[in-house]
Amino acid sequence: MKIGVCLKQVPATDSPIKVKDAVSGVDLAAVKMVINPYDEFALEEALKLKDAGIATQVIVYTVGPADADARLKDAVARGADILVRIDDPGLAAADSLGFAKALAAAAKADGVGLILAGKQAVDTDNAQVPAMIAELLGWAQATECDKLEVAGGGFKAWVAAGGGTRDVLQGSLPAVISTDKGINSPRSPNIKGVMASKKAPVAVKDLAALGLSAGDVAAKVSLKAWGAPPPRPAGRILQGAPAQVAKELVGLLRSEAKVI
Amino acid sequence: MARYQGLDFYNIDAQLTEEERMVRDLVRKWTEDKFVPIIEGHARAGTFPTHLIPEIGEMGVLGMNLHGYECGGMSNVAYGLACQELERGDSGLRSFVSVQGSLVMFPIWRFGSEAQKQKYLPKMAKGELIGCFGLTEPDFGSNPGGMLTHAVDDGDSYVLNGAKMWITNAPLAHLAVVWAKLDGVIRGFIVERGDAGFSTPEMHGKHSLRASATGEIVLQDCRIPKDRILPEVRGLKGPMSCLNNARFGISWGALGAAMACYHSSRDYALNRIQFGKPIASFQLVQNKLAWMLREITKGQLLALHVGRMKDEGKVTPEQISLAKMNNVDIALQIARVSRDIHGANGILDEYPVMRHAANLESVYTYEGTHDIHNLILGRWITGISAFE
Ligand SMILES: Cc1cc2nc3c(=O)[nH]c(=O)nc-3n(C[C@H](O)[C@H](O)[C@H](O)COP(=O)(O)OP(=O)(O)OC[C@H]3O[C@@H](n4cnc5c(N)ncnc54)[C@H](O)[C@@H]3O)c2cc1C
Repeated sequence: MKIGVCLKQVPATDSPIKVKDAVSGVDLAAVKMVINPYDEFALEEALKLKDAGIATQVIVYTVGPADADARLKDAVARGADILVRIDDPGLAAADSLGFAKALAAAAKADGVGLILAGKQAVDTDNAQVPAMIAELLGWAQATECDKLEVAGGGFKAWVAAGGGTRDVLQGSLPAVISTDKGINSPRSPNIKGVMASKKAPVAVKDLAALGLSAGDVAAKVSLKAWGAPPPRPAGRILQGAPAQVAKELVGLLRSEAKVI
Repeated sequence: MARYQGLDFYNIDAQLTEEERMVRDLVRKWTEDKFVPIIEGHARAGTFPTHLIPEIGEMGVLGMNLHGYECGGMSNVAYGLACQELERGDSGLRSFVSVQGSLVMFPIWRFGSEAQKQKYLPKMAKGELIGCFGLTEPDFGSNPGGMLTHAVDDGDSYVLNGAKMWITNAPLAHLAVVWAKLDGVIRGFIVERGDAGFSTPEMHGKHSLRASATGEIVLQDCRIPKDRILPEVRGLKGPMSCLNNARFGISWGALGAAMACYHSSRDYALNRIQFGKPIASFQLVQNKLAWMLREITKGQLLALHVGRMKDEGKVTPEQISLAKMNNVDIALQIARVSRDIHGANGILDEYPVMRHAANLESVYTYEGTHDIHNLILGRWITGISAFE
């Protein structure tokens, strides 16, 4: 079975994010880009299935410009087999649904039997693409999965069910599964992998190659403006004798912050 | 605490290839996750974390700038970056990797027979075999050409006698590249653990490089088969060409130790309050931090330039001497100033700075002492050798 992994490059969470202006969005010039951390779990899960002999090939898909190739190379250095980057001017203003359509078309064309993706991308935090891909393809889906078993044409997925409980979903392949933290600990590439990645080709596909048009992926959601979150209000320092302050703090945590 | 980000004031990243950045990042991540949390314990106990050797092998840093025989085949700059990240952890870790790759794998790769390469290199790249490099003797340090260790041709074998001292990895090693005189000419010999008359007593009582295993090599009528001589080199240039490679790695490694001290100093200075404000707000402290940034940045440019010349096969030993000497010198000074910025806390192993300062005292002396490198440059400038 071939496994498809959706992988997005996002700004590192410890990079300083500055909004250029309301129209052009975040200034990415000085930002370090990394693989979306939740996608690293998806990739690792796919590689584990390959190590276990369940997957024959791991194909990594990304939608993005040429600088995303570095993230794909990182995936190949860890053990992925084929790299596909979907790049088209028509996708520049697309929303989650447009990306999902492109990824679904690409994975379907390659005949993958399972698609793994991070539960959300830590840049826009939409958490929509995996579920949309499953709907578009008419496949089974499990989202926010933190334990997965794949065998005999089916899967068992442990997913968050709210309130600290988990559901165990059982389904048949093909399926789309989105991964949460805790599912595995992603491997790092080694130097052999890095050398292999040097030669690994990236197949670049435009919308036409996927049988799609710009109209198919046109945004349904419109973005009004970019802005920085409001500054955090200054903290408050309690004054007085330690015993008194501790008492007051516990009171405030209970009544004001409502965290205990 | 934020993850360690290195230091790149002049955007040297932009001068690196994607593969070089990937190697730097993977070694940085491993060092941060696996090594930094345990190093103080090992330094205190005076032990090298041998349980990490398989992972170090798996990472691929052993012999990573050699080609073929399951070695990494990376650029010298990539090797330098790996040394930088390893030594940011501890000079002992970088020493382990330098010795294995530059001082043992390199001479086998460069001067060994095909059979020797096949026998040792793939296993050494994986960390399944560990090597050490025996040049220094109790009475011959800066002057290795005077060595007393010697080999005698005895029919189908060589018989070695002598003693080597200060040998990194010796207590752990499965094999040693030993430099000894055969009919008055320095030759390289591969001695294996288990050869009769070969032993490696550990040296104790070090205040520096405590997390590195250092030992002697004692050769007492040590008999080895004839096919263990390195066939392709004669004379001092054999060990010296190994040292050239290791010194190159050290010129990067020392920067890693300096960066660790710089980061710890900056964080400490921003958090330590005296006279009602962070000590980072005092001009004298800022001056110290600015000086560290200045010296590290200069050292980075030096190391990168030497690395690119080495990748083109155009670097001279003198150019490597200057880089090793300068970068270890500034790293040692930075570690000392860093200890000062940390005040009394600077002597505790809660902070890495005193350990780096102590380690760098060894790095200042091994692989050619600071002054020997000065004399190498003096000879280049004047044409007069002041040390031979
Ligand atoms: C932790 C550690 C690990 C080591 N690992 C190894 C190893 O793996 N393999 C190995 O072979 N060796 C190793 N060494 C040995 C190291 O290479 C030597 O210590 C070094 O070459 C200096 O020799 P020495 O200690 O005998 O000092 P000396 O040569 O006695 O030097 C003492 C001082 O005299 C100065 N000096 C010497 N000659 C001159 C001169 N002509 N003109 C001016 N000044 C001079 C030196 O600069 C120095 O300041 C290691 C050393 C240490 C500390």
